[in-house]
Amino acid sequence: MRIGYYPGCSLLGSSREFGESVEAVAEALGLELDQVPDWNCCGASSAHVLDHHLALALPARILAQAEAAGLTEILAPCAACYNRLASAREALGGDPALAAEIAGISGAPFNGGVRVLNILEFLTRFQTEIQARVTAPFRHKVACYYGCLLVRPPKVVQFDRPENPASMDRLAQAAGAEPLAWNFKTECCGAAFSVTRTDLVARLSGLIVADAVRSGAEAILVACPMCHSNLDMRRPESNAGMGTDHQIPVLFITQALGLAMGIDPVRLGLQRHMVPAVLAGV
Amino acid sequence: MSSAPLGPSSADTLASRLRRDLGIHLNHCYQCGKCSAGCPVAVDMDFTSSRALRMLQLDEPRLDRQVMASEGIWLCLACETCSTRCPQEVEVAKVMDFVRTEALARGLAHPKSRDILAFHHAFLDSIRTTGRLYEIGLVADYKLRSRHFLKDVLLAPKMLRRGKLPLLPHLIKGRDAMARIFARTLGKGR
Amino acid sequence: MAKIGVFTCHCGENIGGTVDCAQVAERSRALPGVVHSVDYKYMCSDPGQTLIKDAIRDQGLTGVVVAACSPRMHEPTFRSAVAEAGLNPYLCEMANLREHCSWVHPKGEATTDKAADLVRVMVEKVRHNTPLQPIRVPVTKRALVLGGGIAGIQAALDIANTGHKVVLVERSPSIGGHMSQLSETFPTLDCSQCILTPRMVEAARHPNITLMTYAELEKLEGFIGNFKATIRRKARQLDEKLCTGCGLCTTKCPQKNIKDEFNEGLGTRPAIYVPFPQAVPNKPVIDKANCTFYKTGKCKVCEKLCPTKAIRFDQEDELVTLDIGAIVLATGFKVMRTDQFPEFGYGEYADVLDGLQFERLASASGPTLGAIRRPSDGQEPETVVFVACSGSRDRAKGVPYCSKVCCMYTAKHAMLYKHKVHHGKAYVFYMDIRSGGKDYDEFVRRAIEEDDVKYIRGRVSRIYREDGKLVVKGADTLQGGAPVEIRADLVVLATAVQSQDGAEALAQKLHVSYDPYKFFAEAHPKLKPVETNTAGIFLAGACQAPRDIPETVAQASGAAAKVAALFSRDELTREPVVAVVNRLPAPEYSWCVGCFLCQSACPYQAIGAEEIRGRDGVLQKTVAQVNPGLCQGCGTCVATCRTKAIDIQGFSNEQVFAELMTL
Repeated sequence: MRIGYYPGCSLLGSSREFGESVEAVAEALGLELDQVPDWNCCGASSAHVLDHHLALALPARILAQAEAAGLTEILAPCAACYNRLASAREALGGDPALAAEIAGISGAPFNGGVRVLNILEFLTRFQTEIQARVTAPFRHKVACYYGCLLVRPPKVVQFDRPENPASMDRLAQAAGAEPLAWNFKTECCGAAFSVTRTDLVARLSGLIVADAVRSGAEAILVACPMCHSNLDMRRPESNAGMGTDHQIPVLFITQALGLAMGIDPVRLGLQRHMVPAVLAGV
Repeated sequence: MSSAPLGPSSADTLASRLRRDLGIHLNHCYQCGKCSAGCPVAVDMDFTSSRALRMLQLDEPRLDRQVMASEGIWLCLACETCSTRCPQEVEVAKVMDFVRTEALARGLAHPKSRDILAFHHAFLDSIRTTGRLYEIGLVADYKLRSRHFLKDVLLAPKMLRRGKLPLLPHLIKGRDAMARIFARTLGKGR
Repeated sequence: MAKIGVFTCHCGENIGGTVDCAQVAERSRALPGVVHSVDYKYMCSDPGQTLIKDAIRDQGLTGVVVAACSPRMHEPTFRSAVAEAGLNPYLCEMANLREHCSWVHPKGEATTDKAADLVRVMVEKVRHNTPLQPIRVPVTKRALVLGGGIAGIQAALDIANTGHKVVLVERSPSIGGHMSQLSETFPTLDCSQCILTPRMVEAARHPNITLMTYAELEKLEGFIGNFKATIRRKARQLDEKLCTGCGLCTTKCPQKNIKDEFNEGLGTRPAIYVPFPQAVPNKPVIDKANCTFYKTGKCKVCEKLCPTKAIRFDQEDELVTLDIGAIVLATGFKVMRTDQFPEFGYGEYADVLDGLQFERLASASGPTLGAIRRPSDGQEPETVVFVACSGSRDRAKGVPYCSKVCCMYTAKHAMLYKHKVHHGKAYVFYMDIRSGGKDYDEFVRRAIEEDDVKYIRGRVSRIYREDGKLVVKGADTLQGGAPVEIRADLVVLATAVQSQDGAEALAQKLHVSYDPYKFFAEAHPKLKPVETNTAGIFLAGACQAPRDIPETVAQASGAAAKVAALFSRDELTREPVVAVVNRLPAPEYSWCVGCFLCQSACPYQAIGAEEIRGRDGVLQKTVAQVNPGLCQGCGTCVATCRTKAIDIQGFSNEQVFAELMTL
């Protein structure tokens, strides 16, 4: 079984372990990931902030490339890339004049023939298969953190609930984990301000980590590279800001599922985290 | 806030353009404040989202300018909490996007936006050149633009050790397509 | 030989200033059938009417055309005048020279030409008119009131006090409605039950009122003055004549932990229960869905205990059919539940309540006997946040309207809380304060000025639970939208008032219109607030729109007055402008072929069937038959009839064609 695949820039670099764990899980499920040929960066927040047309043209080229390659669905594990691609697809689909204008800019028309899946949608589709392949249940209490872009805006994403979503919790449960009820499931981590307003990220991510710890979680599961970076890489700053020393590890959902399916932790990139992924049985 | 009288409405106010170009009706906003209540960075903003919308919905160029020149719009995380919870279905996050674009186009962007804009420009410079983000290039470019030379200096070796910082950029084949895209959008009029 | 009189009115300057009325009168004199044509300044005045009456008598007129204003203005005036002079009023028509001519055209020859044409058309119609008699329909003087809350009780009492019989039907086991659940009412802080229960008892004891509780309308047939209502009296599993209301059966029921409807889920009740101590009738009912005997076949403890052997496990529902003359709809409302608020916890936080639940907490007959306590741990809350506009004025939630009563009851709740917990802190998040009734604004000011309730203008974005407290994240728009976070012990959401469960199905049964929110539709939003578009069915209370108690009571009395007016005569007269299926002698009997397309087309269910039998009693033909009591004269059936067998009296095909062809 094949599926189109859009890794996005962060899965090649700062969130390499996310890419590794996605590929490992796909392989274990017997799925072939067909990378979108010659894919470009989706523009992330930067294009979105500076130029509306640029923010549409960059994803439009990606979608056109995928369509030309005969792909009907593409998986975009990065929540920001997913949101950019899905938003562009919706904007262009609803406005033929705009679609024509953007095609003129991107140099390639997109006819709406490609659907974009986020990582949770994708994994949910294979939940039964995943559960069947669990050999080392991930028996830990986890706080599933969804962040913003996987569940909002609801009209674009149309997946799970924008308040108290449950898809990642169900996946975690399928892997043998105990997902906990906690309050910061969808509160923003600080998004793209990691470098320019590290103080905001420290505060917002700090609140998320604190609530996860308060709820009794042993690990936070995420499905977005930016969230992971803010909760993991910026932990020293959030701990400093709150006067705490929380060492709770942050894992990608694909890493937790991979571990449950008996895949080697190194293959899943666990050693790449800043906050050591120290958990019993890992 | 000065008490200058409100004048007749102009067809070119931000509110009228939001209605015309984006189909967003600011007069749907009844100032309930739910957007500000749920905004993670409302405490840091000079004008919260609900206050900014109030200023825009009066169709006054003077108030439009104040919003465009505010710092708050640059703190917006684009987390979409506001749009999701608005009882009148006003797309607040899209309004913020629009105001930012206008502020830049008219040269009104707040001084504190400098670093944020430097980051975004550095990011876009990187992808224009290679097609995909080159993180080392991004950081170098940002530091040159923002003069924060020592920012995150201790982080680089940690990232390198963990294999998270590729030394060489990825170059896509369609680099001329990228150049054209940029020329036709961000590069226009420069 | 037609002898028609034409009377052209100047209407002061309204017509005369634009149309040359003398010219019109002159030209009309020459029309075929016209023997008399005059013009006059004010036709509707006494002298004007006298002109018409005298002409009828002196000239033996067989038809009259009054060329003046709109028939909607003065048709009744002229028809009465004509009748007084001895001519059938349906031989009088009006040509509208004002709204259709002088008021919409400039002065000139073309306008006068048009006026003359309008008269010519109406003269032609009158030549084809036939005399008609008004339709008389008998009236059954018994009213049916659906709903036993304060609206239904008030309407029933008012109708009963005029000397007419009333059947009051309530679907729950007791009358009283939501008002019986309230602790105190604004703006007086009267104890709700104290002012309501005397009315409840009065309704139960009134010789003219038949109370049917635990009953619902099954079916309704008929028309104004002549309805046939079938009521389903659900089985209480009790012989009400033997039951004394001692309550012994409720004490030993093994099923004790059923969530209590009267206490809005905050308390529990057994399977055999009386909804509340002041219930009327004060007789229990068995909740079959939760009764041990009905679920497992074992128990019957209540039956064994009952001193008068009143319990009847084998009792079945009973269907009762009644003749009814008028119906009052008083089925009330429901409140939106907390599970409709994803950002406030999807109803999973025990300490986030809706307004009705708070009433039960504050009520002396409630689960905490009136003490304000957190449902989660029974502790007294030190900080309570009241969130107004929860769900109302909310396009995103599909409820764009204002629920009217919440501003007032929120102030009331805050005051009740402060009166009971003196050191407590009360906050209200609001958008506006709607307190337009008598003494209402002063009531809200009392909460703010005397009871120190803090009002913050802004909505709440999110509520979540942390360390046993509820974190409320709101904003203060009077401070630029500054975020405000309050850690509360209890949160009360003033949730939206919505139409009652089953309102749509009931409206469909009664053929009553309703709006997109399933509130029943009044006949005219300004001038007919207690009538529906269905003749004989009236409205009272919140089933029409969110409403407070004083307005509900006033409206109920208004509906009762309409019913009393209907019952003041033994017969109803209706305009004869109704559809009629043609009848011919044998062997044709009628052009109607019995396809009944007209029946499906009729919006008022006014068409039935008629069996035509020969002298020997053998069935010849089944044709359509119009019920003149229900027909509204809309003409839809005429348009659908393939054989032109059905026609409107007073606007027959022949008459209308005559008008058109003469143009």
